[in-house]
Amino acid sequence: MPLITYRKALNEAFAEELTRDESVFLMGEEVAEYNGAYKVTEGLWERFGSKRVVDTPISEAAFLGLGVGAAMMGLRPVVELMFWSFAYVGFDQIINNAGCVRYMSGGLINVPMVIRGPANGGTNVGATHSHTPENFLANTPGLKVVAPATPYDAKGLMISSIRDNDTVCFMENTLLYGDIGEVPEGSYTIPLGVADIKREGTDISFIAHGRAVLTALAAAEILATEHGISAEVVDLRSIRPLDEEAILNSVAKTHRALLVDESKPFCGISSQIATLIAEQAFDELDAPVARVTALDAPAIYSMPLEKLQLPTAERVVAKALTLF
Amino acid sequence: MPEITMPKLSDTMTEGTLLRWCKQKGDKIEIGDLLAEVETDKATMEMESFEEGILTELFVPAGAKVAIGAPIALILGKNETAIAPGTPAQGPAKATAPAAAAPATSPLFAGRSRSAIPGRTGTTSSERIKASPLARKIAASRGLALGGLTGKGTGPGGRIIAADVVNAPLTGAAPAASGAPGIPAIMPTPITGNPETQIPLSNMRQVIAQRLLASKTQIPHFYLSIEIDAAPMVAFRKEFNTTGTKITFNDIVLLATARAAMEKPKVNAAFGNGVIFQYESVNLAVAIAVEDGLVTPVIRDAQKLSLAQVSAAVKDLATRARDKKLKPEEYAGGTITVSNLGAFGIDQFCAIINPPQAAILAVGAIVKKPVVNEHDQIVIGQRLNLTLSGDHRVVDGAVAAEYLGVLRQLLECPSRLLL
Repeated sequence: MPLITYRKALNEAFAEELTRDESVFLMGEEVAEYNGAYKVTEGLWERFGSKRVVDTPISEAAFLGLGVGAAMMGLRPVVELMFWSFAYVGFDQIINNAGCVRYMSGGLINVPMVIRGPANGGTNVGATHSHTPENFLANTPGLKVVAPATPYDAKGLMISSIRDNDTVCFMENTLLYGDIGEVPEGSYTIPLGVADIKREGTDISFIAHGRAVLTALAAAEILATEHGISAEVVDLRSIRPLDEEAILNSVAKTHRALLVDESKPFCGISSQIATLIAEQAFDELDAPVARVTALDAPAIYSMPLEKLQLPTAERVVAKALTLF
Repeated sequence: MPEITMPKLSDTMTEGTLLRWCKQKGDKIEIGDLLAEVETDKATMEMESFEEGILTELFVPAGAKVAIGAPIALILGKNETAIAPGTPAQGPAKATAPAAAAPATSPLFAGRSRSAIPGRTGTTSSERIKASPLARKIAASRGLALGGLTGKGTGPGGRIIAADVVNAPLTGAAPAASGAPGIPAIMPTPITGNPETQIPLSNMRQVIAQRLLASKTQIPHFYLSIEIDAAPMVAFRKEFNTTGTKITFNDIVLLATARAAMEKPKVNAAFGNGVIFQYESVNLAVAIAVEDGLVTPVIRDAQKLSLAQVSAAVKDLATRARDKKLKPEEYAGGTITVSNLGAFGIDQFCAIINPPQAAILAVGAIVKKPVVNEHDQIVIGQRLNLTLSGDHRVVDGAVAAEYLGVLRQLLECPSRLLL
């Protein structure tokens, strides 16, 4: 199987869908002639032309609204945000329009749009460029939220997201764009709402999404070699819909849950999962549900401190050891 | 500072009536002293103390109905005080008084908030037993009280965790229910001229004692025996084992038991509270002798397995059972049990049902004996005796007989198990 980057895996997903379905088009700041700020759309403008790969002005509210309108009229826009941090000026379009139209039209109008781009901290770009808004969006009934950790998942989930009839908020990560993994050629889909056990274990469940999955895997390796503890890593892949069964099955197997989440702890994704476990797996718990999240402060600009703000394998190991 | 709560004295109990206090307020209490008599949905039982100290408070009057887990009394050790200085001593105590007039559960919780005060402000240990939800669940499923493990928890902050309940040599966590319901247990006393060694009960022995006593006293057993022609099994196994995969007679019986239970699912069941649980799949519990007892780990969905898979599963479970490596969940969820004493030279026996299941199959040894064949000649036959113990609340004789008939067909033509 070819080894390609996370960035290339996404690029292949776009090429597959642009070829397969004429209603699919890409747009965003610098996605066309400049090949994308992070080169995720490299070569696509040249191959598919200006009608299918569209550069936009620097106005997220405007082009997100354009995307909603196009989707309502039957097209399948894939809208790039240079950073998910820039989505906030377009929240009215995302939440009030994309998220609510199907409900408010009595199911007559769908908004089959993908909104995508990096949603991560850890790159020394400051508080206003380092948001991880998956919890805001997952809080909105009507929106779907996806956060792949690997190149394989990125391609399969992107193709599913483009084909989905609801708006999917696709959270990428600039720190993962260069990661290399095995990715099949051609088209394949990964259903939204199906988690993946990235590592089997028996003693504790690490539940994570996005890059935190890799942090959890590194921590699991340390726990196995240095402490004889077998950690299972559950990669949610999609946050809404959420694979509750996978979470509950894993907790029922290991009886301990540690949630690893790069977003903030207050009202975060991990809060939701902790609630789920407390409500539905209470009697399976042999220790309190624990979390390792970003430290609860705006993204720290100091590079050494920023590295400590996000979950690290060491923090995960240390927290895990408090549960035994 | 132990707070004594209403114990769960039977599987179906939700509340108990405190019939009589055997001790008075102010009495000195030793571990094992009789504290009270409690009437459950099933019987009147004696409640022993797992704590020592002074019986400082009785939160409930005789005759009151009390929910499981609600506080009923307070026993204080030396240097322990019940109330932080300045806290009105009489307030909460009065709150328990209405319980006498109207036996309800809610006023009893007043006792909890009150005794929680020293736990937070003083240096004495918390009156609430600190145990993980899983530890509580396992203890409840085995009828064990957690009180005896207080202070012995190995989890963070001394929390009692699942492993403590499963593994600890429990001298303290005594079965919540001891003795047959309503009948005082007959206990041995020293015999003059014949000194005894008193062997402490292991956790396993306690569980065996408690569960099997409950089974034999609560489940109306009946027994049906058949003798089957085992010659086809002997031939089948010999031929099968030439393939390189070695199976035992027991493996064949296990798979047949599971497959037959799919055909006659009424035996794959349990008597519940007002309903019968009939299961869709066979979780086959296998009795395995280990040092100081036996365990019954479970092969899940056994009917779906091949002979070789059943064989491998049993070997794995037996090895890990002897090494004490089985996990709690591997014992749980069985729907029917097989016990085989053939290897010990037992031809036939009756097994005690493994509660809450409705049936257990007792398997003897294959023995050569004279039999009368279809031509009325006496020939040497290979015979195997199977005895099914059934819970008559769930399974009737005719149903059990039909089940054994299906089992006989499978075992007398074992190649059908290859299908």
